[in-house]
Amino acid sequence: MKKAAYSFPEEVLEHVFSFIISDKDRSSISLVCKSWYEIERWCRRKVFVGNCYAVSPPILIKRFPELRSVTLKGKPHFADFNLVPEGWGGFACPWIRAMAGAYPWLEEIRLKRMVVSDESLEIIAKSFRNFKVLVLSSCEGFTTEGLAAIAANCRNLRELDLRESEVEDLSGRWLSDFPDSYTSLESLNISCLGNEVNLLALERLVSRCPNLKTLRLNRAVPLDRLPNLLRGAPQLAELGTGAYTSEMRPDVFSNLAEAFAGCKQLKTLSGFWDVLPSYLPAVYPICSQLISLNLSYATVQSPELIKLVSLCEKLQKLWVLDYIEDDGLEVLAASCKDLRELRVFPSDPFGLEPNVALTEQGLVSVSEGCPKLQSVLYFCRQMSNAALNTIARNRPNLTRFRLCIIEPRSPDYLTLQPLDDGFGAIVEHCKDLRRLSLSGLLTDRVFEYIGTYGKKLEMLSVAFAGDSDLGLHHVLSGCDNLRKLEIRDCPFGDKALLANAAKLETMRSLWMSSCSVSFGACKVLGQKMPRLNVEVMDESGPPDSRPESSPVEKLYVYRTVAGPRLDMPGFVWTMDDDSALRIS
Amino acid sequence: MARESLGFEITELRLGLPGEPKSLVSTNKNEKKRMFSEIDGNGDNEKKSNTGGNLKTTESKAQVVGWPPVCSYRKKNSMNEATKMYVKVSMDGAPFLRKIDLGMHKGYSELALALEKLFGCYGMGEALKDPENCEHVPIYEDKEGDWMLVGDVPWEMFMESCKRLRIMKRSDAWQIERTYIEIDEIKEKNV
Repeated sequence: MKKAAYSFPEEVLEHVFSFIISDKDRSSISLVCKSWYEIERWCRRKVFVGNCYAVSPPILIKRFPELRSVTLKGKPHFADFNLVPEGWGGFACPWIRAMAGAYPWLEEIRLKRMVVSDESLEIIAKSFRNFKVLVLSSCEGFTTEGLAAIAANCRNLRELDLRESEVEDLSGRWLSDFPDSYTSLESLNISCLGNEVNLLALERLVSRCPNLKTLRLNRAVPLDRLPNLLRGAPQLAELGTGAYTSEMRPDVFSNLAEAFAGCKQLKTLSGFWDVLPSYLPAVYPICSQLISLNLSYATVQSPELIKLVSLCEKLQKLWVLDYIEDDGLEVLAASCKDLRELRVFPSDPFGLEPNVALTEQGLVSVSEGCPKLQSVLYFCRQMSNAALNTIARNRPNLTRFRLCIIEPRSPDYLTLQPLDDGFGAIVEHCKDLRRLSLSGLLTDRVFEYIGTYGKKLEMLSVAFAGDSDLGLHHVLSGCDNLRKLEIRDCPFGDKALLANAAKLETMRSLWMSSCSVSFGACKVLGQKMPRLNVEVMDESGPPDSRPESSPVEKLYVYRTVAGPRLDMPGFVWTMDDDSALRIS
Repeated sequence: MARESLGFEITELRLGLPGEPKSLVSTNKNEKKRMFSEIDGNGDNEKKSNTGGNLKTTESKAQVVGWPPVCSYRKKNSMNEATKMYVKVSMDGAPFLRKIDLGMHKGYSELALALEKLFGCYGMGEALKDPENCEHVPIYEDKEGDWMLVGDVPWEMFMESCKRLRIMKRSDAWQIERTYIEIDEIKEKNV
């Protein structure tokens, strides 16, 4: 092949490409021309696979032969709310096996919502000599035995983060499997483990790892052991406490306060299970340096919590329970002018009556007082269009807005009207909105607003909303940047879905459960769109045992270059050409 | 109230929400088979028989699966008491009781499997597939001291209110129902 005299040698291009890190940019580079595609794929070191079924291990390995870091996501987001049955999929094993053979120098594996077995962990432990980072986020299927294999074998491990995973906790002894010579730990998150770990081993591990920056303990680590741990790691930047309660003894308190004060680099705090309010002041001395505070497990209503928050003048991120109430949020708004992210979780989500004085007003106060607020997750029991309008006008810089009004289909509590206009104001004013979750009483009109204004919207979550297919049509036809759409219990059906079939290939995935999509339409979609996997989930039996017009329980559609998946459980059917022939 | 709930429900693993008209035999065989898995959160019980469009629901929010959208991880870890929720489990005919940690299970189907393991009563798994014919009926005592059929309420609600479990033989259940019917008849005679 003739190369133009003025074209750069490969090495130079490679060097230039090494400065391009974002996946999107890398993707753009690879599309320029064939030789750039080739150079780029050989020097790509990091890959993010947002849907593990969109591509297969062989395809990945063939294109990118020299990866050092792989991130995979498995189950759909609604799996977090128990809407995806057990056994659905997201198995990490085939990936890990394939990577073990292809990438001996792999350093990082990050998995989210995947099923990971002990066997997989053992393979990781034995296959990658330079393995550094293991993040298992909301994963399940493994036990502490698998962790023991990692601890014993990964000499260069820097990060072990099990955030929100379900681990079968057989014994806390796995921690002792880190050899005494092992000192490279930088980040450890075991907050999801149910049982006690070997505390002595933990203390020794912590104190011999000078680069340990993040330590998130589990609930079972008692408060009176925390000072020792902190003293062993004064360089800690992020700490998650264990249970934050103990017999009230002055020496425990002063010990704790002193230990906290010694952590001059501590910027992030979390944990606080079973919090005893009178121990909170131990943290006061470092509040002024905190940028992130997660009190969402502090299941206690107390002025000490609010005092704590008011002292954190540099706070950028706050996760808290609705015990903070409107008053507390007003204090937050007045004290934390740097706040970027607020999440307020419900203390009593299933109660029929409000148990706390938290209303829309709290969010309005924060929207008024915190000019940098970008990301909101808010559970409450009443909302009004007026409040949403105010919030939208106050904070046009919002990028993520997730509102959950606990009672489905709640109208504006002042006017009893739908909340269409309120959410409409949000999408209209917040021009950079990327993520939106709706709740309350909503008609097709809100979707018209979203389709019209939500041009940067990437992820939309909808529940108990809309009147007709028109709602879905507005979203699919209007939201140019939509990647993920998840819908439950809405009267959306065949027409909008089929009319916008091509749109689905531009998105990562679509989830629809308890809607009005018929089995027949799913078949048509599967036939029409060979590059989509159209998966129907039905636990009551094969969908073809019912009339074609009957609605499917759950539909999950995603684009893929790997064809229909082969690991489906008995309650999932792929609608493709073959299945259509089989059924008819 | 307690007596009524013991009456029909003890023998009938019916699919339905509290407040709906009770019928002994569900017309849809498939509905019944899915009872556990649906209430476990793996199905959406209110949409099943609708062909869509009708959104009127009479259930309270507590009945809706996966709503409010609080992550199951968060739900599990937010419990005020220690996460271990051990309750006694008795099985008719077994010489001694066992204990089971409700907090360790994510839903009714996991519970059924765990009970199977504890007592070797494979009726529990069968209950998922064919409730009419299974030999054993799981019931639980709630906070108010009433004996309730396992499976009616959302899993989280069940976890919070269950004080102890009992695996009853179906034949015993019939006897109890007969006894109550007899009591009713006697009462009516005396009115």
